[in-house]
Amino acid sequence: MTQETVHPVTPLVRVEDLSVRFAGTPPVHAVNNVSFELAPGEVLSILGESGSGKSVTLKTLLRLLPERKTTITGKVEVDGQDVLALEGRALADHRGGVASMIFQDPSLALDPVYTIGQQIAETVIRHEDISKSDAMARALEMLEVVRIPSAKRRLDNYPHEMSGGMRQRAMIALALACRPKLLLADEPTTALDATVQIQILLLLRDLQKELGMGVIFVTHDIGVAVEVSDRLAVMYAGSFVETGSVEDVIRDARHPYSKGLLAANLVGAVPGTRLDAVPGAPPPLNALPEGCSFAPRCAHAETACGISPLPIWTGGNGRWARCVHASRAGALAAAESTS
Amino acid sequence: MSTPILSAHNLVKHFNAGGFGAARKVVRAVDDVSFELAPGETLGVVGESGCGKSTTARLLVQLLRPDSGSVRYEGKVVGPELPLKAFRSKVQMVFQDSFASLNPRMTMIDAVAFGPTVHGMSQSDATRKAQDLLDRVGLDPSRFGGRYAHELSGGQRQRVNIARALAFDPQVIVLDEAVSALDKSVEAQVLNLLMDLRRERGLTYVFISHDLNVVRHISDRVMVMYLGEVAEIGPAESLYSAPRHPYTEALLAAMPSLDPDRRTMEAPLAGDPPNPIDPPPGCRFHTRCSRAFGPCSSQVPPSHTVGKSHVAACHLNSVKEQVA
Repeated sequence: MTQETVHPVTPLVRVEDLSVRFAGTPPVHAVNNVSFELAPGEVLSILGESGSGKSVTLKTLLRLLPERKTTITGKVEVDGQDVLALEGRALADHRGGVASMIFQDPSLALDPVYTIGQQIAETVIRHEDISKSDAMARALEMLEVVRIPSAKRRLDNYPHEMSGGMRQRAMIALALACRPKLLLADEPTTALDATVQIQILLLLRDLQKELGMGVIFVTHDIGVAVEVSDRLAVMYAGSFVETGSVEDVIRDARHPYSKGLLAANLVGAVPGTRLDAVPGAPPPLNALPEGCSFAPRCAHAETACGISPLPIWTGGNGRWARCVHASRAGALAAAESTS
Repeated sequence: MSTPILSAHNLVKHFNAGGFGAARKVVRAVDDVSFELAPGETLGVVGESGCGKSTTARLLVQLLRPDSGSVRYEGKVVGPELPLKAFRSKVQMVFQDSFASLNPRMTMIDAVAFGPTVHGMSQSDATRKAQDLLDRVGLDPSRFGGRYAHELSGGQRQRVNIARALAFDPQVIVLDEAVSALDKSVEAQVLNLLMDLRRERGLTYVFISHDLNVVRHISDRVMVMYLGEVAEIGPAESLYSAPRHPYTEALLAAMPSLDPDRRTMEAPLAGDPPNPIDPPPGCRFHTRCSRAFGPCSSQVPPSHTVGKSHVAACHLNSVKEQVA
């Protein structure tokens, strides 16, 4: 109950010290000591490049990773349930009932041999004790919720009969059919054209408000993260390196990697000039360096960066960055303001 | 503008999409596309999937034969006036898929040296040149030269592809989504490399991308394509700050905002881009255009000159001309 006093609302998601290892020689350290919380109705974006562990973190929340090859340690709670302890029917109830996921490629996520209506109805029947005709009515209602034009006709469409943007809407309808408290979105707009992407982002933003869901949105695109989220977590080589409100991180990034990402997204760049690019490439996840994984690419790296645990700089409003340089700069600034 | 180094004249490319007789379907991938490239400039090409930007690139480097129209290099028609082999050493291409564009059974040194040997360079000269080029694109030839494509990361492979394109000492490089598959931090490195090479060698680029931020950063002029046609072409700065075609406006408005206080409130366009099979009559954009009026659905809009080397194919500009 001590937690209650710290957090005015019980968090919808509580992840503590989560690590995910994939079997191999040497094993792959996909996620390393990640901790975060998500309040009900909050939208968190996890921003990172390929191989940063953002999708693995998301899949852990639904336990979608192959059991025999994966070792998960730490604590994952969604809506008060210990997700890592779920088995059998309880796990199936969790997936799609409490938490639901949308993926990058709807043509792979949807079943090609069933109509959209059948697929949504099947999900509803599995989670709620209702008749087939009621389930179909719910499917129609869901297609209207995601603003698919002439929804009644689309109910009988197979996925291949729809355009890319329409399929993405259908997948969102499927994911939301049982009114989950948590929506997990894994790069849902990456494969779409720009004019369609913005439609889907605005739809997700509206639905999140209407239904009051918590959303964890995984993306590599800062622009997309800014459009949809309240909070931002920057992930690198399996670890969160910086988190904070979108405004704070975008305007005043503290971790050198976050700064590099912003520069690479041409934030404030003068056309034609050289970009402030981060050199090198991320380390292989089966041979992570000791201490800060970003140190080999970092312009501010020093000996202290190779020693774990790294110091953490904290700002107000839940902001922090795991960086030697940022925490020293923060301490200096604090000393100056008091003197 | 001085003599264009490369120019496209009324390029048309239709693909068969099945069916016979009256039911025959045709994808109008590129329909009457013309533009010119001045030496040393970078032309950005943007548009949604299916707008014909990649087909235009392939026509430009003669990987596809146009149904009609021609490509000229320094004023000479490629084919009849300029042999293909000579043209190829002047105009090179880099593709999006860095892995598919490299032979999996060739080492990186061999892949870069292969082109020059085909064009008559001795093996030892070609190898030396390949080493220099790998070094120039930031890959140590002693470390990476003997590796195969699968032993490199995406960014490294794309550097090899750029080195390979440079092996002919070309004047023009067509980059078809060359940085789109890369992670942002790696993309920035490759963009820097491309800008450095442009300055060192006076290269001319055709830079195709769906990322408007990147296109603005690297391009002098930008061409906006929609369903196989050029909607608007003009200097990057004026096209981005004062677009003269509603489609360009919509594309710019669809870019995610990077300012949390000014999020996008309304999607500029509804629905997906229409199928390039049977494009709408008149202005192809009129079905999605919020400002469509009388002539849009029946008359093909002519190209209006709306500024210095700035052309837009939209009827709204003819209204403005009459008023003025």
